[in-house]
Amino acid sequence: MSERSALLSGIGIARSYGATPALRGVDLAVGAGEIVAVTGPSGCGKSTLLHCLAGILRTDSGTVTYRDQDIGLWSEAARSRLRRTEFGVLFQFGQLVPELTAVENVALPLLLAGSGRREARQVAAEWLDRLGVGELAEQRPGAMSGGQQQRCATARALVTQPRVLFADEPTGALDALTGEQVLGEIVRVVREQGTSVVLITHEASVAAYADREIVLRDGVLDPTGLGLGVGR
Amino acid sequence: MSTAHVLLGLLAGGPRHGYDLKRAHDERLPRAKPLAYGQVYATLSRLERDGFVAESGQDRDGGPDRTSYELTDEGRGHLAAWLAAVDPPAPYVNSEIFNKVTVALLAAGIEQARDYLVAQRAAHMGRMRELTMAKSAPGASLGDVIAADYAIGHLEADLRWLQTTLARVAAMTTELPKDVTT
Repeated sequence: MSERSALLSGIGIARSYGATPALRGVDLAVGAGEIVAVTGPSGCGKSTLLHCLAGILRTDSGTVTYRDQDIGLWSEAARSRLRRTEFGVLFQFGQLVPELTAVENVALPLLLAGSGRREARQVAAEWLDRLGVGELAEQRPGAMSGGQQQRCATARALVTQPRVLFADEPTGALDALTGEQVLGEIVRVVREQGTSVVLITHEASVAAYADREIVLRDGVLDPTGLGLGVGR
Repeated sequence: MSTAHVLLGLLAGGPRHGYDLKRAHDERLPRAKPLAYGQVYATLSRLERDGFVAESGQDRDGGPDRTSYELTDEGRGHLAAWLAAVDPPAPYVNSEIFNKVTVALLAAGIEQARDYLVAQRAAHMGRMRELTMAKSAPGASLGDVIAADYAIGHLEADLRWLQTTLARVAAMTTELPKDVTT
């Protein structure tokens, strides 16, 4: 992916938690409509990278550029707006609001973005249909299986039609077959939408859904994918 | 995989005679079927015919005469080419990969083993992507999906082993030099 065609890119991203470095200078570029898997062993910095790219965490050094703009220079309010409108985030556990029904959960980002209640519900219901869980619109998360919850969470992450979806181990809590079905749905929909995806996973079979893979180890890129000669 | 390549790998460390080669083979590849002496000598004579090894001397050492063999330049090149060639990612446990990594570590050193593993890992990931695409394609039959699952499962096992092996190699580097000859 050349810098020129990158929709989202990070250059020299570094981030520590106290004295512990989590990222030590990571470069990554994601093109429009591209699915990039970020893999690596536990504790390698995958999730921190996702949080930095999504503007949830500020970097200690390095830049994150979205559509040619350095989002590190933006105010917290502007970054928050970016996350509500242009970015979608999907975590391992759907993090649906337990008191709300599926359709209310999915409508939430639209309401936050200023849509009217009726329109938001209608669009949310369409997205639940698209993810194959339309019949669960009035159910609360507690009454759903893990796979159904993740489909709802996917609908919620995509309902604003973000340009970039950040997915952190989106099927990590599901059994193999359910995980594959949910991942297949996510990939199908983002391909239809032309959404770029940063897909965090530690499983090769999940990374195989991506167009390409980058491997992190000890907070730096491991071009070999095998962990030799990295960070030493 | 061929016994010939393993013998070439063992000879990369210096001349050995047949008995020595058999012992080294069985020791270094403990899970492989032990080599029969006849197989060792038949393989050595084929390798000699092809110009990959040459007799380097005779010693007696209290018993019958024993012929030692050494790698020729051609044999060294043949071994290097084999070690560098990426294997077709196949839907079954690929013992060729196992043998190649073992021989690379014995004969050629960590760098070559690493280069091979990096290329092999890329080939495996590429094949897994193709299979994933095939099974996710609209209209894929149950048979297609099951066949792809089978292949992906085995390739994934290979990948896990590649990863673990390199992690072990990295951790054990200090213990390897006695085996590394170049």
